[in-house]
Amino acid sequence: MAQSTKNQIINTKKAIYLLLGITAISSVVVSFRTDAYNRVPEETTMARFTAAEAAEPDSIVSKKAFLQAYKVLMHPRCMNCHPVGDRPLQGDDSHIHTMNVQRGKDGKGLYAMKCSNCHQPQNTPGLHMPPGNPDWHLPPADMKMVFQGKSPRELAQTMLNKNENGHKDHEALIEHVAKDSLVGSGWNPAEGLAHLPMSRAEFVKHFKTWLDKGAYLPDK
Amino acid sequence: MVKLKINQKEYSVDASPDMPLLWALRDVLGLTGTKFGCGMAQCGACTVHLDREAVRSCVTLVSRAVGKEVTTIEGLSADPTNYLQKAWLEVDVPQCGYCQSGQIMSAAVLLRENPNPTDEDIDTAMSGNICRCGTYPRIRKAIHLAAQMQREGGKVQ
Repeated sequence: MAQSTKNQIINTKKAIYLLLGITAISSVVVSFRTDAYNRVPEETTMARFTAAEAAEPDSIVSKKAFLQAYKVLMHPRCMNCHPVGDRPLQGDDSHIHTMNVQRGKDGKGLYAMKCSNCHQPQNTPGLHMPPGNPDWHLPPADMKMVFQGKSPRELAQTMLNKNENGHKDHEALIEHVAKDSLVGSGWNPAEGLAHLPMSRAEFVKHFKTWLDKGAYLPDK
Repeated sequence: MVKLKINQKEYSVDASPDMPLLWALRDVLGLTGTKFGCGMAQCGACTVHLDREAVRSCVTLVSRAVGKEVTTIEGLSADPTNYLQKAWLEVDVPQCGYCQSGQIMSAAVLLRENPNPTDEDIDTAMSGNICRCGTYPRIRKAIHLAAQMQREGGKVQ
């Protein structure tokens, strides 16, 4: 009899532990499921943000976004073709292009020293070989679009001034940074050259946020 | 086979489209007036014309030349309106001569676009063509002479 009671107690304990175990597992599962149901899909968030908040100016968000885009704009892969003078820059140290290459009126060089004489439609393989693009050029002489030496505030001013930016409105600026083939070649450096610090998609996102949130000039 | 038009002649060249044009010119077609210098678009010895522009044939692929007019130093020599070689001889420009075909091909583009160049124009146009013999002053003098001959219809002073 005593043995039978003892067995019953053990069975009861087993049942309790089993129930506790099932309850614990169910709680975890349910909590995950609830979490999943509560989470708003990222795309929806972005869509809501774009539709409802994009038009609302926000100086802090706008300036912060430009400072991110500035990291790309001032990188040698971009800045080397936006020099102060009429000679392009070269390399990760942005030295003046060898061979005394000149901008020329249309930004495509002069005489026997035109960009596409050496820069091919594609990168030439090997170290110290010319990077390539079918439309390699500097900004033209009447619209130099200088980046070199500019602070974030100064560069943002240049970007927004239609007399300095190729007569582009906000939409055209975004189109340019998002789709222009030569801008895109910055993300396809020749062998041995430093890569840009973020993807083109991230850069465009920051650039667009800067404009959508009011195109505020950074403080400095 | 790749079809190329070189010096006004059609060629079927047994070359891969990604072969440098210089190799096709020199090794396949035997047009050895164009020289191999650095092989990386730095020295200008391999300069030829592609649709009248002075490209570096060591980095220009055969595929880029398809459907275009290629002119080498051999083709330029046959052009009666070109006075550069005459001026080069008159001034006795070359020393070792290795870079000279590239120099002349670059000078031809300069004189086509600027028939009356200043010293500065010449220096700007020719600064991508290196001469290790240092014949630069004679090159400049010969370009001025060729420009004068071009303006006066070939009369050597």
